[in-house]
Amino acid sequence: MTAQNVAFWGLAIAMGAGAIGVVRSRNIVHAALFLIVVLVGAAAQYIVLLAEFVGITQFFIYIGAIAVLFLFGIMLTRAPMRAGNFDNDQRWPAAVVAVFLFGVLIALLVNAFGHDEIKLSDELLRVSRTGPVADSIFRNFVVPFEVVSMLLLAALVGAVVIARRD
Amino acid sequence: MLSNAWLIPLIPAVGFVLILFFGKHLPRKGSEIAITTVGASFVLACIVLIQWIQRVNDHDGGGALRGFGRAVLPAGEGGLTAVDHSFTWWQNGAVRFGVGTHLDGLAVMMLFMVTFVSLLVHVYSTTYMEGDRRYTHYFALLNLFTASMLLLVVADNTLELLIGWELVGFCSFALIGHWWEEKPNSDAAVKAFLTTRVGDVGLMIGIIVLFFAAGSFDIATINAKALGGDISHTLLLVSASCLLIGIIGKSGQFPLHTWLPDAMAGPTPVSALIHAATMVVAGVYLGARLYPVFFRGFSIGDGGLNAMALIGGVTIIIGAVLAFVQRDIKKVLAYSTISQLGYMVMALGVGAWVAAIFHLFTHAFFKALLFLGAGSVSHSGSHHSFDMKSDMGGLRKYMPVTFVTFVIGSLALAGIFPLAGFWSKDEILVTAGDAGFTAFLVVGLFGAFLTAAYMTRCVYLTFFGEFRGHGEPHESPPTLTVPLVLLSVMSIAAGFLNAEAFGIENFREWFEGAVALPPLRHPSFNSLMAVVSVTVAVIGIGIAAYLWFQREELGPFRNLTQRNAAARAGYRFLENKYYLDDLYDNVIVGGIKGPIARASYWVNQHVIDGVVNAIGRGTAAAARETYDVIDQKVVDGAVNGLAETTGETGGLLRYIQSGRVQRYALTLFAAVGALSLALWLVY
Amino acid sequence: MALNQYLILSAFLFCTGVYGVLARRNGVLVLLSVELMLNAVNINLVAFAAFTKQISGQVFALFVITIAAAEVGVGLAIVLLIYRNMHSPDLDRVDQLKG
Repeated sequence: MTAQNVAFWGLAIAMGAGAIGVVRSRNIVHAALFLIVVLVGAAAQYIVLLAEFVGITQFFIYIGAIAVLFLFGIMLTRAPMRAGNFDNDQRWPAAVVAVFLFGVLIALLVNAFGHDEIKLSDELLRVSRTGPVADSIFRNFVVPFEVVSMLLLAALVGAVVIARRD
Repeated sequence: MLSNAWLIPLIPAVGFVLILFFGKHLPRKGSEIAITTVGASFVLACIVLIQWIQRVNDHDGGGALRGFGRAVLPAGEGGLTAVDHSFTWWQNGAVRFGVGTHLDGLAVMMLFMVTFVSLLVHVYSTTYMEGDRRYTHYFALLNLFTASMLLLVVADNTLELLIGWELVGFCSFALIGHWWEEKPNSDAAVKAFLTTRVGDVGLMIGIIVLFFAAGSFDIATINAKALGGDISHTLLLVSASCLLIGIIGKSGQFPLHTWLPDAMAGPTPVSALIHAATMVVAGVYLGARLYPVFFRGFSIGDGGLNAMALIGGVTIIIGAVLAFVQRDIKKVLAYSTISQLGYMVMALGVGAWVAAIFHLFTHAFFKALLFLGAGSVSHSGSHHSFDMKSDMGGLRKYMPVTFVTFVIGSLALAGIFPLAGFWSKDEILVTAGDAGFTAFLVVGLFGAFLTAAYMTRCVYLTFFGEFRGHGEPHESPPTLTVPLVLLSVMSIAAGFLNAEAFGIENFREWFEGAVALPPLRHPSFNSLMAVVSVTVAVIGIGIAAYLWFQREELGPFRNLTQRNAAARAGYRFLENKYYLDDLYDNVIVGGIKGPIARASYWVNQHVIDGVVNAIGRGTAAAARETYDVIDQKVVDGAVNGLAETTGETGGLLRYIQSGRVQRYALTLFAAVGALSLALWLVY
Repeated sequence: MALNQYLILSAFLFCTGVYGVLARRNGVLVLLSVELMLNAVNINLVAFAAFTKQISGQVFALFVITIAAAEVGVGLAIVLLIYRNMHSPDLDRVDQLKG
């Protein structure tokens, strides 16, 4: 039982609870806060996996921007602050589907990757530093990078257009 | 010349066309063309005859082969062969329709006889038909008739023979009805044509059966196959019977003889040529030509009764008996012809082929002589009447040549030695007796007796006694009498061609040669039979002379019919020709015209039309039903139902589209899960 | 560490997100669930990147994050609009496409 393992399991449990909380909470704000828990857990997991840049990016963008955005959205849509029932009438079918899907996925994954191990080695550390990531983006994936920037621009403009009050 | 014998029928045929087109403009109105053409044919026929006799003599090495039971070998086995000359008209696979000539002894004999008699009749007709309303057409038809008869004689296949047969039938019809403005004449012509037509059905069926039996229309082939046993006996019997029906019609045998006496309505030269010498013997010629078919079909060689001999025998008697009650001289001769034809057919039926042909040959001469003599009598003696009882009598004083020739002809017919009829009739009787046909021998003898008797009656009524007619009888001009003399010469001399008593067998040698024949009996001359037949004939003459030549006619039999009811009834039976005409006309034809036709009409109207109408109504009703039920309910129902179902299904499916996105997403994820599971399980 | 740990964790998060997408009434909550799903995918990607020692997994994860940001922006704008028109954020009301 290595340190990474312990870290993983602790984070995993926290993330799991947070996820359940997102989907089962009766309070919107609580749901958003639970999501933040999940996001933080995810960021930590990335760092455990030696993907530092991704972890930091997750931190900044997801938690710093998106979660805040959610809170703004909740505010602007006059979402009820009190507890309410936010489940629609297909709860049970949805639960069935979700569980079923989970079962299938587990079966598949166990079948496929049953004996694979992640080796956290120096080589991995060397490879997954920020430098090589940046290199990769600006060399191998420069086109998708540019496209994504376009996409962001479009999303920005689009959001403004959609939400405009006129 | 032998292989160019096709010229002989051709020349009169050309003459026919020429006379039709040019005859009226010629000085003698076409008769010169007619006589020229027939004369040319006669000359050619004589040449053919001489060449043929030459051929026979060459083949036999100069000497005649005499022998009994000699069978003529079929051509190709070293025997004397016929001269064939034909070309293919049309070939259809294995079936060959040819046109050509087949000259053997029989054909040569017929050619000579037909052209000779025809030539004499043509010459005779120039005077006899003088001033006639259709002189030119008469000669045209006479030429056509001669051509057709000659075609029939030289034909080498049954189809050609049939064409000739039908053509002579047509010419007979046209010539019998030469004076068709008078209804009895046209009636007689139609009766002749239709009665022979009934026989022709048999002929045609016989030809067809023979074609299928032998595989060919060629006569030589048919005869060879019949002789060689390649055709089953049943088929031969059937075809022989059918052909026999044709013979019965054309040659005036019982029961289709009724047309011959009525045919006397035609001009007398026509009667002489067609109904004595030539056309009526076409049936006998057919029998002689296809003799193997008849011989094997009717099993003539085995003795015993057969249809041919029986019919011939019956005909002999009924013809002879009826000749007794006629007032009309031509009708006497007509019934006599029927009787003599019976002799010929009976002769064929007992296996006396040579005798039959020989009798045909001699009969042509003396019967033509008798008819032309009767014509001479009517022309110059009885003012164009043929009624013996009212217009003739005692003419021997006024028409000596006619009288003498007529008597010669009568004696020949009666079969008195040494005239022609004796030799031929005697040979028939001898062969009949020799082959064991005793019944027919007796019939033949009785017929000879009757023949002699009625001819004596006829001679008496015409030439003896007091002249009962009006006008001035005188002898006929030479154009009429010279043919009579020539024919009487032939009546005397022709018999000697086969005078077996003197060992002469020329007729047989020359004319039996190269004919396809089964083994035949050739009995030798039987003096006893000769004596018997002559005696019988003499007795006949004697009895008739006794009855008629007396001062008081008929002696004790005078007015018998007035005194005795049975005699009267018998006389009436004979007078009405055994009521055969009534039978045919009223019973058979009338029955068909009347009740049967009406019944057929009823069936047609009610049964057949009823069925048709019912089908029509049924179809209309079915159509209506189809429309109502099937179209309206079923088909439309199906179509409408389909539309409704689609609509309702759509209505149901509508609920799936709830408009709620999450519902759709649920379905989507469920499907993804299911499909991935399925995919995983499969792989 | 076993690779499967991360993968099963990711699967768990994903399925929870699915449940949330399907079963929540409020639009904002649905968007939250979608974020959950995206994060699950990201964890998957990074785990594989570590397993195969290739960076492209991380790069991909970065792109996903970026796009998620854009998507949230637009999504919230839409939810705002729905709220303005329906006067309620209830997604069940949005059924104009009902057949």
